[in-house]
Amino acid sequence: MDQPEQGPIAHQSAVFTDGLTLDCGQHLPLLTVAYRTYGALNAARSNAVLICHALTGDQYVGEIHPLTGKGPWWDQVVGPGLPVDTERYFVICANVLGGCMGSTGPLEPRAPGEEPWGTDFPPITIRDMVRAQKKLIDSFGISRLFAVIGGSMGGMQVLEWAATYPEHVFAAVPIAAASYHSAQNIAFHEVGRQAIISDPHFAGGKYYATGEKPERGLAVARMVAHITYLSEEALSRKFGRKLQGSQPTPHALALFGDMFEVESYLQHQGSTFVRRFDANSYLAITRAMDNFDLASEHDGDLPRAFRGTRTRFLFVSFSSDWLFPTRESRAMARALNRAAANVSFVEIESDKGHDAFLLDEPDLRRVLGGFLQGCALHAGLENVAA
Amino acid sequence: MTGEQHGEVRYVAKNMRLDLRLIAEMIAPGSRVLDIGCGDGALIDELTKVRGCDARGIEIDMAEVAQTISRGLPVMHGDADTDLSHYPDRAFDYVVLSRTLQAVEQPRAVLRQMLRISERAIVSFPNFGHWQLRWQLLTKGRMPMTSVWGKAWYETPNIHPCTISDFFALCEVEGYEVERWMAIDDAGRKSPWRRFSTLANLFGEQALFQLRRV
Repeated sequence: MDQPEQGPIAHQSAVFTDGLTLDCGQHLPLLTVAYRTYGALNAARSNAVLICHALTGDQYVGEIHPLTGKGPWWDQVVGPGLPVDTERYFVICANVLGGCMGSTGPLEPRAPGEEPWGTDFPPITIRDMVRAQKKLIDSFGISRLFAVIGGSMGGMQVLEWAATYPEHVFAAVPIAAASYHSAQNIAFHEVGRQAIISDPHFAGGKYYATGEKPERGLAVARMVAHITYLSEEALSRKFGRKLQGSQPTPHALALFGDMFEVESYLQHQGSTFVRRFDANSYLAITRAMDNFDLASEHDGDLPRAFRGTRTRFLFVSFSSDWLFPTRESRAMARALNRAAANVSFVEIESDKGHDAFLLDEPDLRRVLGGFLQGCALHAGLENVAA
Repeated sequence: MTGEQHGEVRYVAKNMRLDLRLIAEMIAPGSRVLDIGCGDGALIDELTKVRGCDARGIEIDMAEVAQTISRGLPVMHGDADTDLSHYPDRAFDYVVLSRTLQAVEQPRAVLRQMLRISERAIVSFPNFGHWQLRWQLLTKGRMPMTSVWGKAWYETPNIHPCTISDFFALCEVEGYEVERWMAIDDAGRKSPWRRFSTLANLFGEQALFQLRRV
């Protein structure tokens, strides 16, 4: 199908005219939070589940994406009869601050009728994203979220929710996440950012007016990042050394063009990504991830971030995830143990790498569903019996 | 020590080992409990639902962890040797280690951690002093094999076998008070040898101890 250009879609959103003061000290005069909800909020407003999306995700967690036409991005987890059951829970998913699906970010105008923020958009943090989500939750009149769930950068937001608003989170599920972004992860992000900035169409970030977007740079950034989301086993299983269909033999050596199947796969990932994502937004959000270090917000002591917490935690990691490896989830779970918190942790065997959290992983569904079920009993949620 | 009936056969709820039932009965309602090597979570499930405890588990096997979490019970995927040091002092009222002590890397260090993070420790282990094992070693000169000690020496996970007498000696050295102890048979029933530890050491297939930090 033809891909519509960004812009014409009217995303459902809440506007906060009091704006938002950021960690960097700047004040956003106007805050827009684009969001989607699924299911019904009960009378006690106690069955709300917030889903936090990852770096390149968005609020369309449980429906066909209006821009790409693709299915719901967490179709294994969120929906009727699934672990995050939209027939039981009121599911909320908001586009992060700095995103490009309708929430305030580089792509959005500073004020109605004005130019987009572009690279003038102030630096944001994971905590800023969470504060923006908190305003949305407050606007629904929800005082306590039953659960906050997210993978990867979504998991960072979950941690920040639990640390910043402990009384407002009954259960927290950070999946394939870490309490800080490692040097290796920052390094990969920097390659992506340099690819974008080096694209002549980037024009110092002022490309909205030129009509030419830094698509090449953004595509390369996506290709690099995509490799980090997979595992060697997954790539070998899927592609091995297979050549593209019409290539006769490996002797047809070519410097350029897609000779191996894995090359064309990555190029496809890059080219579809640029249709739905904004380069400045990618810069802003990767920066927010790089700056994330929850312990440093609490004098270098991670348990202090959760001292006295009554939130119930479930940490999930995947054995082949080398971007957010198991040891990071285990370290967080242990920090919670030091804070004497109620915490579960499981490493799920999978060869699918970091992306496993988005894919068909029966163990993830089973663990998450059971955990939420147990929490629902403890939270006294009605109509959530087994 | 408590005075109770000898040799009584107890019947248990479905899916609950007899020795776990005995352990559950040793734990005061409403306690904070950590079950190390919690398996499918039968004990922490019982403690949570029947005894109103705040019960948590540690388990090394991924499938068991997934199974237990999916029952709504809190479990850490980890092991006794490395994970206990991450809990604060006196975080629990009881820490349970059932049929696992003989399989850990450092039993003494694990016991120390247990009695650091908890007021009391409940420990069960297969008794290597049982007469069948002694007899086999004496007559055959080979490492004994029984239903309790079911694997050959070169592949058994039970790398630190001990006897009931050995365990009493360790408690003495470490300064732990033995509040209760009993010998139990293979099925987890109490054995009638509890008055005399040397007899228990000869006839008890397993041992169950409740220790307290002095």
